[in-house]
Amino acid sequence: MRKHQITPYIFIAPAILVFSVFYIYPLMYMGYLSFHSWNFISVEKPFVGLDNYIRIFSDPIFYETVWNTLKYAFFTVALIVIIAIPLAIWLNQKGRIFTAAQGAVFSPHIISLVSVSMIWMWIMDVDYGLLNWIVSLFGVKSVGWLTNPNVAMYSLIFVSVWKSLGYYTLIIIAALQSIPKDLYEAAAIDKASKWRVFSKITFPMLTPTIFFISIIALINSIQVFETIDIMTGGGPINSTTTLVYYIYEEGFNNFHLGTASAAGMVLLFILMLLTILYFKVLSNRVHYQ
Amino acid sequence: MSNLKKILTRIGLVAVIIFFAFPFVWLVSSSVKTVAETLSIPPTLVPENFQWNNFVSAWNSGPFLQFLINSILVTFGVLVLQVITVVPAAYAFARYEFTGKKILWAITLITLMIPLQLIFLPVFLQLSSWGILDSLWGLILPFASGAFGIFMLRQTFMQVPNEILDAARLDKASELKIVWKIMMPLSKPTIITMLLFTFISRWNDYFWPLVMTTTENARTLPVGVAMLRTSETGVDWNIVMAANVILVIPILIVYFFAQKRIIQAFTYTGVK
Repeated sequence: MRKHQITPYIFIAPAILVFSVFYIYPLMYMGYLSFHSWNFISVEKPFVGLDNYIRIFSDPIFYETVWNTLKYAFFTVALIVIIAIPLAIWLNQKGRIFTAAQGAVFSPHIISLVSVSMIWMWIMDVDYGLLNWIVSLFGVKSVGWLTNPNVAMYSLIFVSVWKSLGYYTLIIIAALQSIPKDLYEAAAIDKASKWRVFSKITFPMLTPTIFFISIIALINSIQVFETIDIMTGGGPINSTTTLVYYIYEEGFNNFHLGTASAAGMVLLFILMLLTILYFKVLSNRVHYQ
Repeated sequence: MSNLKKILTRIGLVAVIIFFAFPFVWLVSSSVKTVAETLSIPPTLVPENFQWNNFVSAWNSGPFLQFLINSILVTFGVLVLQVITVVPAAYAFARYEFTGKKILWAITLITLMIPLQLIFLPVFLQLSSWGILDSLWGLILPFASGAFGIFMLRQTFMQVPNEILDAARLDKASELKIVWKIMMPLSKPTIITMLLFTFISRWNDYFWPLVMTTTENARTLPVGVAMLRTSETGVDWNIVMAANVILVIPILIVYFFAQKRIIQAFTYTGVK
């Protein structure tokens, strides 16, 4: 198309350099490490074949970790989808108070996870937290929101839903606004009931978006780390240890770089499956608009 | 009937706003209480005496000036480098045909899919072998370009009519000049969206600076604030909340003035 054929390479080079050095190469290096044994200090990195994979797959804590990750992801995504759809339909109206509500619902999303985690850690404090005081008004004994192994995971799920619900709600609102108005006008002429309008127009038109946000929410929740690191540290008794946290602990505290990398490859595999799905949906979505 | 409905809607909306905004109110309220008042039962919403000193105590409870400077340097360093690397790359992908374009585009798309939570360990090892672990470079360089930004800008650049470019080329404008003087101004909304998104995610980031730093030298505000939650003498929640107010306020101010743009930046598509 253009004759100076060197120009595009010069324009692209810096970006590709960054991507290769900090994303592509490390990914391959992780694959390499997952077949080797290394403790970060020793000079030798002996090849150990599938040992690291065998080791993590025979580690009960690893299974607990995967189970925790899936549980966290499932409940987070389910709650987000169930709440965000009606919330979006309700908030998608003109008027100052509706705009204010949209702004409020979205606001936690732009706040650092550090602050979100610490605010809720304080509210969920066993002895002096606001939440236990509210609960005590109803005669309930104080709950160890973050210290009871049966409760801690659900508290973390609550916090992440609270933080990201607005984000997904606003994506749905944007989708609602792109539904052609004449569909609703036609329904009004036919005197269709509200439920009929929802089930025959709104919901079908939203399906690609709902599918799309489910996958993003899933990809995001599978990588959860910050809230766990700050609020529970993976405890009590590993009840909130998830995959990324496991890799972090194995790599940085136990210096088992081989097994940490093998766990990383498992995470990569899960994310790859979801990403393929994501792009399938993305192409559908573009087609829809 | 419709009046009752209106009132119920109002109540519902107020409840929603309180549910999402109240924790921030509680944050600010706790940040200006005495320790004794944070522990009082029943809790108080408006403190008896406003303890403005808490912010000074929070600020002095660690090298927060250093953390703030680091946060600013990292955030703005990334923003500048992203403009330099993303804009020309997006232009080349949008406007050129060249050998290897498909492979280079594939590398960009693959990068878009690789979360940092997946590769922090090998990147850590790499930075450590270069001797730039625990330095601001380790926090800036991995973000020196952005696949998402290239993806977004490329689409905007593709919509610029050919006639404008041809006219500029007839005037013998250099390609770089075309990028800066024509493409950039025409794509201002997309570039602002990209920069807002990068600004907020870098300023807020906890994971990367936590993992890539080992001393206070290169730590940023979120890491410094998070460290306050563990103390041998027990946590003084008023001080911890004061530190969080310092971390949150700049973002809330930006949000207040650029709410529409920010929401647009984040909801553009699903990449976090």
